[in-house]
Amino acid sequence: MEDIVNALALFANYVAVPATAYGAQLALGALGVTLIFGILRFANFAHGEMMSFGTMATILVTWGLQDAGIGLGPFPTALLALPVGILAAITMALVVDRTVFRFYRRQRSNPIVFAIVSVGVMFLLAGLVRIIIGPDDQSFADGARFVINAREFKELTGLEEGIAIKQTQIITVVVAGAVVAALFWFLQKTRSGKAMRAYSDDEDLALLSGISPERVVAICWIIAAALAAIAGTLYGLDKTYKPFIFLQILLPIFAATILGGIGQPVGAILGAFIVAFSEVMVTYAFRKFLAYLGPQDWAPDGLVQLLSTDYKFAVSFIILVVVLLIRPTGIIRGKVIV
Amino acid sequence: MRKFLATLLTAAVSTGALAGGASAQDAVKIGMLQGFTGPTESLVKPMALGGEMAIKEVSDSGIFLGGREVVSVRGDSTCIDAAAATAAATRLVTSEGVVGINGATCSGATTAVLNNVVRANGVVMISPSATSPALSTIEDDGYFFRTAPSDARQGQIIADILQRREIGTAALTYTNNDYGKGLADAIQAAFEKNGGTITAVAAHEDGKADYSAEVGTLAAAGGEVLIVAGYLDQGGKGMIQASLDTGAFDKFVLPDGMVGESLTDNFGDALDGSIGTNPGTDSPGADMLAKLSEGKDFKGDDPYVPECYDASALLLLAMQAANSTDPSVYKDKIMEVSNAPGEKIFPGELKKGLQILADGGDIDYVGGTALEMIEPGESAGSFRETEIKGGKWETVMYH
Repeated sequence: MEDIVNALALFANYVAVPATAYGAQLALGALGVTLIFGILRFANFAHGEMMSFGTMATILVTWGLQDAGIGLGPFPTALLALPVGILAAITMALVVDRTVFRFYRRQRSNPIVFAIVSVGVMFLLAGLVRIIIGPDDQSFADGARFVINAREFKELTGLEEGIAIKQTQIITVVVAGAVVAALFWFLQKTRSGKAMRAYSDDEDLALLSGISPERVVAICWIIAAALAAIAGTLYGLDKTYKPFIFLQILLPIFAATILGGIGQPVGAILGAFIVAFSEVMVTYAFRKFLAYLGPQDWAPDGLVQLLSTDYKFAVSFIILVVVLLIRPTGIIRGKVIV
Repeated sequence: MRKFLATLLTAAVSTGALAGGASAQDAVKIGMLQGFTGPTESLVKPMALGGEMAIKEVSDSGIFLGGREVVSVRGDSTCIDAAAATAAATRLVTSEGVVGINGATCSGATTAVLNNVVRANGVVMISPSATSPALSTIEDDGYFFRTAPSDARQGQIIADILQRREIGTAALTYTNNDYGKGLADAIQAAFEKNGGTITAVAAHEDGKADYSAEVGTLAAAGGEVLIVAGYLDQGGKGMIQASLDTGAFDKFVLPDGMVGESLTDNFGDALDGSIGTNPGTDSPGADMLAKLSEGKDFKGDDPYVPECYDASALLLLAMQAANSTDPSVYKDKIMEVSNAPGEKIFPGELKKGLQILADGGDIDYVGGTALEMIEPGESAGSFRETEIKGGKWETVMYH
């Protein structure tokens, strides 16, 4: 019996806990991408760098607060700075929309043109971030690191395997849950939310009903940028902030968006958790886990690992390709990229 | 007109003399073949100045081979372009007529120059910074030396430290490049030869945010310590962070790329009990070199600067010992002047060394790196073993 509990603790420590936090971070990112697609009808490649930009603003403010001696006690100071980061991301998103995307919207350009333009915006933002904060690793997490660490857990339960839960993981899940709840409330219950859904459903009909497209577009950018800043900051708090990784994280975010069904907020969240758990489980070595479950003093010879960790990113690619081949609309029937 | 004729005559004579053999009046030329451009450019600037400081010291002594002058001729070996390195070395040897080369900087460029130029022309080359284990076994006809230890040596040191501390199992992770792979292979080979078990080896890529998957793999295999052959401000730090977060490992073995204040600043006393090794010596040579370089636009104890100073000094001391600038003659003296017995020679004391050799005595060149040459012509290397105590690196002993 104890062996089974140990196996579960091991699984929780190396798979369930990290994958849940990672899934929540991806979900916030994927929600932003899926909203932009629903309203503006293009795949926004600049979303990763928008996350980076918002996080950078948060970090700069966090440093200022830390220098001034203002903190949140056991909680990371970055939470206090996050509203400023969100504002910075929103401002940047609206400026980019005014100066770049609005031009193409008036031209009624093809979605593919928008996607290419967003790649340009991505490079611009990436450059800007590197000029301001540089390409290096920045650590800005403070406060208590663990809710419970592996050693304390072992002493508390008497098990051989510990479960470490970081404070940032809890914060990630709680904040992501709250933000998603607020978003769904907004989309379902408020006038603006309904207008957005109507616009997403049928642009012309929405126009005829007197919905202002510029207003809907602006709200969409505001929400997407806020989500981006929150997702980036949570990711940075939990792991580390480094400008380069926001190019890499774009792939799992897009995989999650497409898997869940493009333009479907619920699908984005579902897709994000599936991608996160697949990435972690496929590359996890199950040797010790099986050793606990098997007969006494037995352990598999190999590591029992499906894919080497070097190929972690391949998992997102595989999911992407399989979904596009078998069910291009995604789990919850969304739009199809054409 | 008469003056012009005289100059012409002198030129003709000296050219004739050069063709016939070295004349007492010519400056002896040493090639400074370093990676002045490319990935090592920031490293090389002080290195070259350090190497040239030794050349100037010998030249100014006035007693080198009966008072001959020594000059340095620079060549750019780059770091990654073997063709450019070969071209630069060929120019130094065939058109400048250097009698010895201090270089090249990187292992790849050094191998190319060794195969294409050094062996073909029979000129001595001493590299201050090529550390690839492959250079220990390469065919060199006795013309190639290095004042930097092979990475294989560090692997052996780490294996010995683990054996002494009775650590029998270890997991190993390395940064996925030539340095990481070479060092990891060396550590694994030496550790297993000592009877230890490497439970798992996993590469990590630098520049990622999250290393929990890599740590999960290593944790599944287990091990008393995690050996991290990486960089302290890159993936190596991420691996340690993820290990501590999940409680997978709490003791680490940290080779040279991981030893630095920024690691302890970051993790504090969470790393207590972890072991580090990096090139280091308790010999006063490096400090003396640092003093010599004061006000000279470089620092004598910067990475590989002592090695480069020593490489130049060795070339010239060997020439003095052989009383010849002929590479095929003085190459056999290099091991002799660098090792005991004899009077110990530190940086800034090259004149004393030259004098002893001129008088027929023996020297044991210590230089800036506490140099001890071992077969096949490379530095044994002095390593410092450190342990993290109370969040600070503390020296345990020197190897």
